[in-house]
Amino acid sequence: MMEKEKPLIELTKKGLYCEHGDFFIDPWLPVKKAILTHAHADHTYRGNQNYLVPKEGERLSRIRLGDEAKISTSSYGEVQNIKGVKVSFHPAGHVLGSAQVRVEYKGEVWVISGDYKLTPDATCAPFESVRCHKFISEATFGLPIYRWTPTEQIFEQINQWWRHNRECGKAAVIFAYALGKSQRILNGIDRSIGKIFTHGAVERLNDAYRQSKVDLPETKYVGAVKNKKDFIGSLIVATPSSAGSAWLKRFGSHSTAFASGWMVVRGARRRKAVDRGFVLSDHADWTELQTAIRETRAEKVFVTHGFISELVRWLNENGVNAEPLKINYFGDDELEDVLKDEFVEKELQ
Amino acid sequence: MKLFTELYTELEQTNKTNEKVEALKFYFKRAAPNDAAWALYFLSGRKPRQIVPSKKLRDWAIELSGIPEWLYEESRDTVGDGSETIALLLPNNATVDETPLHILVEKRLLPLRASDESNQYEEVISTWQKMNYAQRLVYNKMISGSFRVGVSQLLVTRALSQLCGQPTDIIAMRLMGAWEPTAEFYQTVINSEVNEAERPIARPFPFYLAHQIDFPLEKLGNINEWQAEWKWDGIRAQVIKRENQVFVWSRGEDLITERFPEIARAAEFLPNGTVLDGEILPWLDNAVQPFTELQKRIGRKNLSAKLLAEVPVIVQTYDLLEFQDKDLRGETFSQRRKTLEKVVKTLDEPAKNVFRLTESVKADSWEDLQEKREQSRLLKVEGFMLKKLASPYRVGRVRGDWWKWKIDPLTVDAVLLYAQKGTGKRSGLFTDYTFAVWSGGELVPFAKAYSGLTDAEIRKVDRFVRENTKETFGPVRSIVPQLVFELAFEAIQKSNRHKSGVAVRFPRILRWRDDKKIEEADSLETIHALLESLEGNGK
Repeated sequence: MMEKEKPLIELTKKGLYCEHGDFFIDPWLPVKKAILTHAHADHTYRGNQNYLVPKEGERLSRIRLGDEAKISTSSYGEVQNIKGVKVSFHPAGHVLGSAQVRVEYKGEVWVISGDYKLTPDATCAPFESVRCHKFISEATFGLPIYRWTPTEQIFEQINQWWRHNRECGKAAVIFAYALGKSQRILNGIDRSIGKIFTHGAVERLNDAYRQSKVDLPETKYVGAVKNKKDFIGSLIVATPSSAGSAWLKRFGSHSTAFASGWMVVRGARRRKAVDRGFVLSDHADWTELQTAIRETRAEKVFVTHGFISELVRWLNENGVNAEPLKINYFGDDELEDVLKDEFVEKELQ
Repeated sequence: MKLFTELYTELEQTNKTNEKVEALKFYFKRAAPNDAAWALYFLSGRKPRQIVPSKKLRDWAIELSGIPEWLYEESRDTVGDGSETIALLLPNNATVDETPLHILVEKRLLPLRASDESNQYEEVISTWQKMNYAQRLVYNKMISGSFRVGVSQLLVTRALSQLCGQPTDIIAMRLMGAWEPTAEFYQTVINSEVNEAERPIARPFPFYLAHQIDFPLEKLGNINEWQAEWKWDGIRAQVIKRENQVFVWSRGEDLITERFPEIARAAEFLPNGTVLDGEILPWLDNAVQPFTELQKRIGRKNLSAKLLAEVPVIVQTYDLLEFQDKDLRGETFSQRRKTLEKVVKTLDEPAKNVFRLTESVKADSWEDLQEKREQSRLLKVEGFMLKKLASPYRVGRVRGDWWKWKIDPLTVDAVLLYAQKGTGKRSGLFTDYTFAVWSGGELVPFAKAYSGLTDAEIRKVDRFVRENTKETFGPVRSIVPQLVFELAFEAIQKSNRHKSGVAVRFPRILRWRDDKKIEEADSLETIHALLESLEGNGK
């Protein structure tokens, strides 16, 4: 009996592994060589010997990994030859410097998408469709109930909410992930409405974004504010872990909001106990997942993160050969984002 | 429909009472009276019977959105609400339906119930196509009979009161009982003048409701300023006799006169212009019976002579709201009580057996009262009601003058056996649990419970459920038995309908016993022993 050929990329206890190139992609246990798709905490773990990250995301990776980490970079589209395996980064449109990883060996091409979205976002390079044989896709929002409202409309809602609070003499506190979502809000908000303050974790990453030439309005770290009256009528961009904490007391009378794809469902908003939920996500919605997957023309799709079994079944029923790839043990719901969120905050505070 | 949808969205988006009242005022100021009448109808918890079955709405939504049935079900499980799922799945539409609310309801919604399926289909689909997401959500809820919004009657009353300058109790009275959602009715509700004739003889007063006391009793001050009464577990009701007619109202504002003919007959002995407030209780051999007995009386369409004999009822009266056509609610509780005692004592024999005077429990001190409360379980009452002697009869759930002081519930340690995703605030998470206790080396399911855990605990249990699922039956998952919870319930009773042989009332999770192994959970035998000790003592 012939032994079945090993796949180019396989799932191991430490993460996705390419044996021919002897490297891991977004590993969660220490390895010799780690290739990272982006700087969110659940994809960027400390303790690896060498890192390869997208050039455009270097500053963020450095903040996450510390000064000691050995980081080399590669620009989007630039091909690295690692032990005969061709590796290149391609924009994933998720956050600044996020990438899909294209891996080619003996004519076979795999693309590991990491997290991605197709919705235009001025704070990062747009998603690039890469043709491949095998595509590993996320499925965070892999249900048809998750379909995003056009971003301009969401920003109209946020601006309106801020203006209304300002008229009522209240501060507007919006909770958003410190990396990516916060800067997207800052970039898209109507900066003429009033002053903008930020949580420490957000402010630190703002600097990295500004250095990367992303257009952000003037912001001030909340802790540097002497006179609490300055907060009246202002916008405060804060981390989700600040919700419900004593940290909010300083703002006096205020309204709260949460910016996340989960806010599509009313129950999710109520659970967060915020006044408003704005549907703004870093991830592909149901429609974008279909588009991205079809455009790769992959002969096989592996699905990971989120509504895995649902997306796999849908794809197979619609003529796309798909199977689940369980990357880690939590993973079939919002819990993951909650944990990611908590993890990010812990690291940055 | 546009303005009403905006109101619905606004009410959904805030937890703050003041903002809700502002949103209501904003709406009622702008709405046409015939629209406002329907808004009032829906906001006060009234709803038309289901117009189109949810199953049909579901099928049409599946067809329109082009997804398979299983994917609809997965989506529905995650959202936790059928109307919302449909609104999210239908093809996007940005236009807004400008049809006035009353036209939509009267001309397009209500007539649908009588029309055939193909007409229903055409109408629903064309309406969906005209509406945006938020409108579809509201429309789906109206048409499937599941409309509900997070405002209390009290808030609606307050908003209208601020709008027309009438005190809240006048507005509340105008909103009670049966009414038709017409422009004329709405005008009478916001009428800025009070008119004696506007109060139909059947109309009850808004009930005064009590909060559970959540601080030390001593803070209530001198015990001599208070009256303690046993708190009965029955149906709160007002009994009205005016112009030789008799009406019995439940707290849910249901007219229940016909459900309780013996009360109606007894009420004929009351003088005209009398309104009593009290508790309807199943009463046999001079003792209160379990609440579930009373449910038999409410549940059945036809009251047979046999049932009337098996479950006779009485009214424990504790307040007098109207006497000799005079509204007594402004008088002090002690004055009202004195008059009530006179009324009840002078009743003729058959009526006397039905209208009992709730006992006032005398105590010298709060400690003394605490001691007396120990008898609650023997007397089959829920504890005490504490009422300030100098207080007027207020409207709604107002803190300060009336307090519930309930006894601690019975508790059992049980094992989590099945889980199901919740709805509303808990949608998408596994929050509906079935618990089991030991019986002959096996875990036997004995109670379902939903509430009582913190959000953080819910997330933990949810994760546990996902990682420890044994089997999936539709929406229900069976779980590896490992987690122990302390459950509380108000009462326990023998039951032939339950596999465990017992039925519990108001089960809820008291705390997560992560310090306990499943072997340490309680057994059915302990529960039966508890049951017997309670019954034995009660007789």
